Amino acid sequence: MDTSLLKREADFEWHIPQTGKMRVPGIIYASEELIRDMDNKVFEQVTNVAMLPGIQKASLAMPDAHWGYGFPIGGVAAFDPKLDGVVSAGGVGFDVSCGVRTLLTGLTAAEIEAVKEQLADSLFRAIPAGVGSTGKLHLNQEEMDSMLTGGAYWAVEQGYGLREDLERIEEHGQMKHAKPGEVSEQAKKRQRDEVGTLGSGNHYLEVQKVVEIFDTDVATAFGLREGDAVLSIHCGSRGLGHQIGTDFLRKMVIAAPSYGISLPDRELACAPINSELGRSYLGAMRAAINCALANREVITHLVRQVFADILPKANLTLIYDVSHNTCKVEEHAIDGEKKQLFVHRKGATRAFGPGHQDLPEALKAIGQPVLIGGTMGTASYILVGTSSGEARSFSSSCHGAGRRMSRHQATKQWKGRELIDYLATKGILIRSPSYRGVAEEAPGAYKDVTAVVDAADQAGLSRRVAKLAPMICVKG
Amino acid sequence: MLVARRRLETKKGCCGCERSRTSRIPMTKVTNTRWEHFAHEADMGVRGVGVTPAEAFEQAALALTAVVTDPSTVTPSELIEITCGAPDQELLLVDWLNALVYEMATRNMLFGRFEVGINGRRLHGKAWGERVDVARHRPAVEVKGATYTALSVSLDENHNWVAQCVVDV
Repeated sequence: MDTSLLKREADFEWHIPQTGKMRVPGIIYASEELIRDMDNKVFEQVTNVAMLPGIQKASLAMPDAHWGYGFPIGGVAAFDPKLDGVVSAGGVGFDVSCGVRTLLTGLTAAEIEAVKEQLADSLFRAIPAGVGSTGKLHLNQEEMDSMLTGGAYWAVEQGYGLREDLERIEEHGQMKHAKPGEVSEQAKKRQRDEVGTLGSGNHYLEVQKVVEIFDTDVATAFGLREGDAVLSIHCGSRGLGHQIGTDFLRKMVIAAPSYGISLPDRELACAPINSELGRSYLGAMRAAINCALANREVITHLVRQVFADILPKANLTLIYDVSHNTCKVEEHAIDGEKKQLFVHRKGATRAFGPGHQDLPEALKAIGQPVLIGGTMGTASYILVGTSSGEARSFSSSCHGAGRRMSRHQATKQWKGRELIDYLATKGILIRSPSYRGVAEEAPGAYKDVTAVVDAADQAGLSRRVAKLAPMICVKG
Repeated sequence: MLVARRRLETKKGCCGCERSRTSRIPMTKVTNTRWEHFAHEADMGVRGVGVTPAEAFEQAALALTAVVTDPSTVTPSELIEITCGAPDQELLLVDWLNALVYEMATRNMLFGRFEVGINGRRLHGKAWGERVDVARHRPAVEVKGATYTALSVSLDENHNWVAQCVVDV
């Protein structure tokens, strides 16, 4: 990105001045190097989002921002329903509530090393992954609607997962005000056999080693010690969320003129929050959030079964579960006035600081764990929400490394088989049904996750707690 | 609508993109009918080129399949039919591709041959394919949906129809 387009307000804060049809300025949080590496499309998309009705304070981009659909991936925007604010299907994306959960294993990395090959093979067999894979659950209409209302709570009721998991999930595992009746039959049909599946693309399941602690007090509160093994799951609302995205993008693109909304980009398709279509989308989108929460809970159950077989002393407890693609109602202060805003996070993580009322008791004094997925060859990070993040970014932070290269370019540069062999020499076992899929997800296709996390830390969006290195990676 | 058997060749495009050109048999006229992928930072662009919008839509569908697997590995043993309508031709392209995404997902199929007829703002399409065989097709990634990003259906400087958009994977 051309830095001359921006006004540097602080080392890690770059402003796009409000001009033309923009209702608010744009703000990108990143280092100069990350900014220079960003596509100019990010500038264009942050600017376009700033033109939407009812947007508050600023159109934001996190340090991992890259070219998305309408909204940049890594985009955050909050809308006031009392000021004709909108909800945007493009601002949430196709994989509604795609997210990460990380579990302590109660084991050291050394204990994993002893059975690593066996564990990798068993996890790959047990967790349905890749194109065309189906889960063990096959839901009828009634079960589908219960799942879409109950989320992870539903999964636990069905015997998948543990009750104590729920308080460590956003919304305590169950998104309120979900309306399965607003979800199309096509979306439900796509999901019928997909509960408990990982999916493909950038989704993964990783066993990781805690290789560095940055904040001992917070790490201890999260249960993290250097040398421990943890496990992370990255996936979302599967076919149901994808179809809801498809259905509502189309409806909103067609309906926008009738609401007097002029879209700078069709993909910014949106509807007033206080409209029939806006309410319909919110009901369906919340159902998709529950679908994602149920999905990650069922996969967690499958993981626990594998560990019980191979490493019976393991005790998998949830640190936290975060969602990246959502629109949620939250209270934020705008010019000193507390408002209920509809906060869109598209490829961004909610990052509540200490004292936030929605955090579980055990985390209230510390802040929310912010789980940052890296690549299969580099690292992932655990951060913690900060008090300063509220004013800067509606309590939001980055969500991952962020791509720097297209899938197309990646397959030109790397071969899946060679990559798997190379990573094996580094002690990282990859299991995937597709070599091309692995090549498309090559570590080099992503930004430097450490630079992204450092920028999030330096910008005050969230604070570094621990660094995780991959040991086993199951790719979809 | 002219129905012709097609021979598929895959080769590298000048810009390094995957390209495929189809030629009619018997060959009466050389066309620029082809599909290709174009880069999007997070995902993949699909582009179909043909002498009519319908041909461009057929080629865009081949490009969609090629996001997942090599279309030439898909045996066209089963036919499904798709009908859709939209307010304009660009939305019609997105609807056509999304209908295929839906059929791929719910039937667990891949498609390797397409025929499209467009009448005004309505489309009738045929897609031939088979169930996913992971060992043979080695599917790289599933497509979540066709998007409105880089969406266009237009004539290029050679008077060929170009139909394209980015798909989310």
